[in-house]
Amino acid sequence: MTKVQLALVIDLNVCVGCHACVTSCKEWNTSGWAGPLADQNPYGADPTGVFFNRVQTYECGTYPNTETIHFPKSCLHCEEPPCVPVCPTGASYKREEDGIVLVDYDKCIGCKYCSWSCPYGAREFDPIQGVMKKCTLCVDRIYDKTLPEDRRKPACVLACPTSARIFGDINDPDSEAAKAIRDAGGFQLMPEWGTNPANHYLPRRKTTMTLHKDELVRADNPLKIEGELPRPKFNAPSIDDLSSW
Amino acid sequence: MRPAFSVLFLTTLIGSGQGLLIALVTAQFFFVIGAGKGGESGAFYAVGSALALVLLGLGLVASFFHLANPQRGWRAAARWRTSWLSREVILIPAVCGLTLLYAGVHWLDWRPVLVVFANGKALDLPMAVGFAAAAVSLLLFVCTGMIYACVKFIRQWASIWTVVNYLLMGLASGFALAAAYAGLMDSVLRDFLVADALALTLLGMATRLYQIRRNGHARLRSSLKTAIGTHHPQIRQITQGFMGQSFNTIEFTAPGGAETIRGLTVFFTLAGFAAPSLLLAVSLGGTGAMLLVVAALCQYGGLLAERWVFFAAGNHVQNLYYQAKA
Repeated sequence: MTKVQLALVIDLNVCVGCHACVTSCKEWNTSGWAGPLADQNPYGADPTGVFFNRVQTYECGTYPNTETIHFPKSCLHCEEPPCVPVCPTGASYKREEDGIVLVDYDKCIGCKYCSWSCPYGAREFDPIQGVMKKCTLCVDRIYDKTLPEDRRKPACVLACPTSARIFGDINDPDSEAAKAIRDAGGFQLMPEWGTNPANHYLPRRKTTMTLHKDELVRADNPLKIEGELPRPKFNAPSIDDLSSW
Repeated sequence: MRPAFSVLFLTTLIGSGQGLLIALVTAQFFFVIGAGKGGESGAFYAVGSALALVLLGLGLVASFFHLANPQRGWRAAARWRTSWLSREVILIPAVCGLTLLYAGVHWLDWRPVLVVFANGKALDLPMAVGFAAAAVSLLLFVCTGMIYACVKFIRQWASIWTVVNYLLMGLASGFALAAAYAGLMDSVLRDFLVADALALTLLGMATRLYQIRRNGHARLRSSLKTAIGTHHPQIRQITQGFMGQSFNTIEFTAPGGAETIRGLTVFFTLAGFAAPSLLLAVSLGGTGAMLLVVAALCQYGGLLAERWVFFAAGNHVQNLYYQAKA
């Protein structure tokens, strides 16, 4: 586990489902050198378009005992990516140096076979360019030396207003991402397929506090005026052992 | 899964092309081992395999319509070590080449003896080329079937029965075509091929219906619990994140729904298997080719519907993430 594996850690406990990561992702990746992320019929009745990142919403339980889960979903950059070996041209590949799964748009023939081999639906086909597209983990900005160092992160991470997205090398035990996975119970999606996704999710956590009645009204609260105390008995115990009067 | 017509035509056309080629090689072998009296002219095999070549060629043309960037299609041969699709891309031209060679040596009637066996039988060049062509065709069936059978995220596809059915349906349609061709040419091979086609059609029907039955109780290995990693017994999607369409909602769903699949299943069982079997059985031992031609064409139409159902019935795991719009 010495190899670098860049990934996102997404905190489901913090995500509020605002879609800022979706729009910032679209904005950054549609403006890049790789060409636009095509939209078809964007202002019509039935629009479609390519996005690398989607925020979905789920609900658990029945009303009124429900819980809402906002769930951002993008390519998980699996450590055993099933989409890579099936590609007939080698356009779909996993980078040795940082573990990012990428598509070489100059080699892709647009057969869509890789998308069939992804259980997460992370790949979206661009019908205009005729190539398969997917999250690049903003590979064109995380290594960009012209950007200040703290800006060399994926667009979605920078956009997140609640810091629900953590970016880093999950194989480096000292990275913020690895620590979050370790300490906050990070988990992978659909572990049953053996894809070993690099992106992890942090579970929703219940924050509860047990309050007892006597903690609501402190019996010995000196700042609380609760009326004049009754006069103690003459022979009640006192500090000077003489009289409480 | 959305059935793409390019793939439907590709798989059915090359399937019957390969089947026809194998039927011709089988027929030739039938004479070589002395099971049948007499033989067929080289022109019979040459024209027959030219027909197979036309089918393979049409399939290849159809496949290019599936590619968004067909000008880079040659790159698809690169990853034959890992990708069944790449292996298919290599084997289709190989089968085409061997078919051309098979047609060529028969047309030129060039039959130098290569090996003479102890029992006096001889292996000549056309038979040797035929064996090679048939073997590569069988491999191509395996590759085509494995392209779908290895997609483990579609339970309905991920079994050995996908390969078995691609093989049997390709062979059945090819032998039916060969029977019609032999009928038209008034060949002595007519009954041999009709009987083979009948057996293969019935066998293909049995295995295909078994696969449908098996898929009836196929269960997804994943659930919304593992999809979003929340261990709650009751989870539902409120929104998939967008109100329009996306590649994920188009490519992984079939138009028409379950009703269409059920209707077409009945249709292809009748048109692709039952009716051709009946026509083949009726024309067994007779003369004339009309019924055989009708059987072959009816079967091709039925198998096209079968392929549509095969795709439409495939339910991909990713559909768990795309269930609701809001």
